[in-house]
Amino acid sequence: MVLLPTWMILAIPLLSFIINGLFVRRFSGHLAAKIGTIAIGFNFLFSLALAYYFFQSGELSTLEWHTEWLRFQSNLIIHIGVMIDPLSAMMLVVVNTISFFVHIYSLGYMHDDEGVGRFFSYLSLFTFSMLGLVVAPNLFQMYVFWELVGVSSFLLIGFYYTKPSAVSAAKKAFIVTRFADLGFLIGILLLGYLGLSVNQGQISSVYSPLDFLFLNNPDVGLQLASSGLLTTGLLLIFIGAAGKSALFPLHIWLPDAMEGPTPVSALIHAATMVVAGVYLVARLFPLFNLAPVALEVVSWVGLFTSLFAAVIACTQDDIKRVLAFSTLSQIGYMIFALGVASDLYPLGYTASLFHLFTHAFFKALLFLGAGSIIHAVHTNDVWQMGGLKKYMPITHITFLVAVLSISGIFPFSGFFSKDEILTAALESGHMTHYLVGLFVALLTSFYMGRIYFLTFWGQSRSHENASHHPHESTWVMTLPLVLLAILALSSGWLPFANYLWFAHKHDHHSLNMTVAFSGTLAAIIGLSSAWFLYSKNNFSKVQKIQTGMGQAYQIIKAKFYFDELYLFVTHKIVFNKIAGPIAWFDKKVVDGGVDLTGEMSQTFGQKLTLIQTGQVQNYIIWFIVGFITVLTLYYNTVL
Amino acid sequence: MNSHLLEWLIMSLFIFCVGIYGLLTRKSGVGLLISLELMINAGALNFISIHRFLYPAQVDAQVFVLFVIAIAAAEVLLALALFMLLIKKQQPVDITQLNHLKH
Repeated sequence: MVLLPTWMILAIPLLSFIINGLFVRRFSGHLAAKIGTIAIGFNFLFSLALAYYFFQSGELSTLEWHTEWLRFQSNLIIHIGVMIDPLSAMMLVVVNTISFFVHIYSLGYMHDDEGVGRFFSYLSLFTFSMLGLVVAPNLFQMYVFWELVGVSSFLLIGFYYTKPSAVSAAKKAFIVTRFADLGFLIGILLLGYLGLSVNQGQISSVYSPLDFLFLNNPDVGLQLASSGLLTTGLLLIFIGAAGKSALFPLHIWLPDAMEGPTPVSALIHAATMVVAGVYLVARLFPLFNLAPVALEVVSWVGLFTSLFAAVIACTQDDIKRVLAFSTLSQIGYMIFALGVASDLYPLGYTASLFHLFTHAFFKALLFLGAGSIIHAVHTNDVWQMGGLKKYMPITHITFLVAVLSISGIFPFSGFFSKDEILTAALESGHMTHYLVGLFVALLTSFYMGRIYFLTFWGQSRSHENASHHPHESTWVMTLPLVLLAILALSSGWLPFANYLWFAHKHDHHSLNMTVAFSGTLAAIIGLSSAWFLYSKNNFSKVQKIQTGMGQAYQIIKAKFYFDELYLFVTHKIVFNKIAGPIAWFDKKVVDGGVDLTGEMSQTFGQKLTLIQTGQVQNYIIWFIVGFITVLTLYYNTVL
Repeated sequence: MNSHLLEWLIMSLFIFCVGIYGLLTRKSGVGLLISLELMINAGALNFISIHRFLYPAQVDAQVFVLFVIAIAAAEVLLALALFMLLIKKQQPVDITQLNHLKH
């Protein structure tokens, strides 16, 4: 193994952020954009080299570089550093690749924006935080970067800060994820406490209780499980994961987060930040494996999210919102794949991370393609698009590749990963998961087909002047599309199971014919029904179905009124019933008490100044009275 | 106790009380000084009578009295200098008006 200075992978984007954010963007936003892109390009090459050397060596041993950060006790030391194992090496490649392509794309997309320097500084900050999260060797560092990711996501969603909807979306995303992180923090404390009590028995003197290498040690895991609190701790940590990954019922922030610039949606809300939850569960999977109840919860939450979001996605009109719900659905897929895995049937673990890997490419491609379309037609509404096939050939072809990939059509990457997830569900005996998964696959191909046909086929329904034709984007925007399309085509062929597995290495998964056949059938049914309904410019059939569904359609379209429910709970119940009285108590009792002491001493002081008259003879009286008093006391006590 | 000493002490106490009375009632600064001088001299008289009747062999009291007289003279000098300044500025030496330090 060539010794690479692995910490460089964090230092490069951090430096880029500091240089761009503090200095360069003041005088030239475009220079900042170039510096940021070159820095990430270097990081991209670096991570590829790192992954190449790492997987090339064949040993797949964990490398760790760390330094002491906080020392509480001799067996409770927090390290900060970089840990490279198969999981983080894979994530490094994904994050850096997507980030690099998004940087290139943004050179074109954000070219005319005033805040281009600010945008690229934020992108560097986000990349730094995400990479720090990925390589974290312990839960504590992960938590720090986890919050940094939340902050940079907040900044990027609220990038158009003059737009009220963007500001409120940014706040919503931050508050919802922050709320979930409370669970994460308590979980960390609980696990750290348990780990410390286990470590009293001197299992390991090298690691502190929050290190992954310590927690994932089988002996430690068994001792933690015997304490009985492991399930609680893991469920608390899963709340944090669910917040970042926007799992039901904390999913509400992700659709609104689409207010940010489209490259941001591609980077953060498709490929990197939202899979942090999946990454976290995968990171702690040896522990989850020992807590079957927690794993059961994980699988059901994932399954429900994937179904719930897929149903909503079929009714949305905003192209980015459809993609957002599609992301929710696919994340749910990954999570339930983790949930059905165990040391007996470890395929789900590999399948989940494989899907994370392929999904990153085709979903980033979908978002960037959508950005290219929005750039051309100046609207997000699919009903105002149509007929873009002949104006935007490159966007069309690459988008089609992504649609086929996410639908799970054979040679494209989504087929392999989705097939592996369904096989994992079937083989581990989770029949419900398998069937619902198949149905979600059908819905996925339906709604992806829907936006594809509505956007590219039929006639233009644009409200803009008919003589103004949309045109293809510049090469800086289409180049990442083409590269991502190549990746979306090819990444499925990677022998992923040779690199990343849990418990024991299994042979590269051979296709289970039943699953492959039914999965493909579901995809074809979905796509062809979308073609049947949406490819012509005649939507009477769609109207008929919508009216036929009646009230149910409205409820789904309103996203099951979850936003309204949360608003009701927060405004009517939390604000009025809880926050209001607390605010009253704070103002009247706490502040009042502080004010009272202040006022009392002031009044007392004012009264005290009356003694000082300025009349010498008054002072003489005081002096004499005092002298006599002291003398009397002295006489009575001492003598 | 020697009856003569008691008489001297009563005498000194009387002078002291006269001094206090003057200190408390006089409005004029010079009157105040005179009262103060009475009180100081009552103290000095105390010293010297105790020396005379109880410890005639020791000279401590005489030294003390000399000091008291010297310090009282310096004090009077300072106060009179202040009063002279006030008189030069055509202001009465009325201690009820002299309350500038209050503010």
